[in-house]
Amino acid sequence: MTTQTLIYLFVGASFALYIGIAIASRAKSTSEFYVADGHVNPIVNGMATAADWMSAASFISMAGLIAFQGYDGSVYLMGWTGGYVMLALLLAPYLRKFGQYTVPDFIGARYYSSAARVVAVVCLIFISFTYIAGQMRGVGIVFSRFLEVPVDLGVIIGMGIVFIYAVLGGMKGITYTQVAQYCVLIFAYMVPAFFISFLITGMPVPQIGLGSAVADGSGLSVLQKLDGTLTDLGFTAYTDGTKSMIDVFCITAALMIGTAGLPHVIVRFFTVPSARDARKSAGWALVFIALLYTTAPAVGAFARLNFVEMVNETPYTQAPGWFSNWEANDLIAFNDRNGDGVMQYRSGDPFAGAPVFTGETGASGERLVSNAPVEGENEVYVDRDIMVLANPEIANLPGWVIALVAAGGLAAALSTAAGLLLVISTAVSHDLLKQTFRPHITDKGELRAARIAATAAILVAGYLGIYPPGFVAQVVAFAFGLAAASLFPAIFMGIFSKRMNKEGAIAGMVTGLVFTFLYIAWFKLWSPESNIAENWWFGISPEGIGVIGMLLNFAVALSVAAATKAPPLEIRQLVDRIRLPGNAGA
Amino acid sequence: MDESENAGPKSETPESEEQCIARESGYWRANIRLLAVLMTIWFTVSFGCGILFRDFLDQWSLGGYPLGFWFAQQGSIYVFIALIVVYVRRMRAIERKFGLDRE
Repeated sequence: MTTQTLIYLFVGASFALYIGIAIASRAKSTSEFYVADGHVNPIVNGMATAADWMSAASFISMAGLIAFQGYDGSVYLMGWTGGYVMLALLLAPYLRKFGQYTVPDFIGARYYSSAARVVAVVCLIFISFTYIAGQMRGVGIVFSRFLEVPVDLGVIIGMGIVFIYAVLGGMKGITYTQVAQYCVLIFAYMVPAFFISFLITGMPVPQIGLGSAVADGSGLSVLQKLDGTLTDLGFTAYTDGTKSMIDVFCITAALMIGTAGLPHVIVRFFTVPSARDARKSAGWALVFIALLYTTAPAVGAFARLNFVEMVNETPYTQAPGWFSNWEANDLIAFNDRNGDGVMQYRSGDPFAGAPVFTGETGASGERLVSNAPVEGENEVYVDRDIMVLANPEIANLPGWVIALVAAGGLAAALSTAAGLLLVISTAVSHDLLKQTFRPHITDKGELRAARIAATAAILVAGYLGIYPPGFVAQVVAFAFGLAAASLFPAIFMGIFSKRMNKEGAIAGMVTGLVFTFLYIAWFKLWSPESNIAENWWFGISPEGIGVIGMLLNFAVALSVAAATKAPPLEIRQLVDRIRLPGNAGA
Repeated sequence: MDESENAGPKSETPESEEQCIARESGYWRANIRLLAVLMTIWFTVSFGCGILFRDFLDQWSLGGYPLGFWFAQQGSIYVFIALIVVYVRRMRAIERKFGLDRE
């Protein structure tokens, strides 16, 4: 069987599985639609949380980022796992004990205020749509490269699949589909990693392989060899970063705290039976996530090593097949500066920006670009997003492994998209309609509204996937920064400070939100040319500024709360109740 | 949550309201102490070993990994898992101690 047939087979079979699960677990009430009736086993929920959490960014982009950033890539590894410790210890059990459906529910009730609820809904919708646009790009990349269909059609197929199981099944359908998607994506990630680790080091377990010697008789460890190869070509050593320590510190912290404040992750802990199960479930979620996150640095390092060896000083006419495949998809380009037909891969840019192809081909058959020239010797442009998807081809693995990776990438993107869509539709039907504007809506009416909202959200997400606004990639920092600066402090103080009142919480959320929004928007949207370390406050990049936003939020909230009157007695009793496990104090 | 299965105090003899409040605040203090210890370890392995003291730790290595680099890309994640496992177990013990372990 050809690789292409295998890809259709694997992707088709996985889609059939998701739809089958969705039909078997159709939601009948709002409780089933929002939180699967609160009856999900903690291990199952941990697995679903892991699939929900690991998006196209984790599956497709992260190892590529690490491959090209080396040590600096650690911010993603620690940031996107350390947040689960905060979630398990500081938020999840108490939010479960609170026992409603959503994050704005908690903020609205704890701060006895519709204004606080609406601020939370605004943060939530903004964060979730930013995030979902990225998932759709991932779906588009996988479809266009592996299924040889146009990106637009790929996005529409993806949206159709999500529509079936998110709109019909709600949280119940999504949970069980995500379990299947976790299995597909983790298997798809691990199999090529084991193969490649074994090929390079003779040690199949990638976590150990990265710390082993290269099996080429040189006696060097993988990291030593990589450091040597890269410094020879003018790059920074792999184990050294280029970011300043304070920036690495702040980005890691912003990602951790942002993770703990992301609504689509938090809501997963509303689906287990008790506060005790919420703790356990966060632990299982981290175990399932860590499996991929400890493999990613190995995948990144091996991919970089293979890439340099296969591409550098190779004549274009002898380039491997995957090179021209990805070139045909605009994600690789060769700019033959010195006209020798040989690809020199060095530090620096081959030309300014992303490639703009002229449609003509050069002397060796490479696709010509019309980008402005820049100084330097590098002749190869490579998009970081291809590393994981191209890895099996780069390492010459069999066709079924490539097919598996295609199915895995789609599983990662679709599972996260579904979780986000659910959060958005819940925010509209429950937080806005039921709790704010139409309190007398029936359960059936609310369920219908949730389904309509989910459908509308799918259409918007599909539109964003087909016509991605240019700034999408630029504003991913928004999602984490805003979650860290607005939602996390409000929830945290709601649990751990009985004195925190609505005036303090609202002032804090608005301060954190506005400050973080303006800082990121200034450097990413309004004045991107000034986005250099010299202009950053305290040397903190827009990616890490959420931490400062969070500190401001805490400072403003505590001072305002101290100057205004304490929350009413029933709110202090509510806090007492959520602090106790089980039904105690209910 | 089933409001009907309201869990009362564990003992047969009804306890006074003061005793109940003392028990619950004792539980909360034990919880906060545990959180403080675990969050300190959390900060030390990730921000400490992986970032702030990374260069210092890199003078040792673990297999082919410089130690600080290992903490940043592998070790901190393993410790995170261990922290949640310890938290789940210790919380169960604390709940038992303060008679709050009934569903």
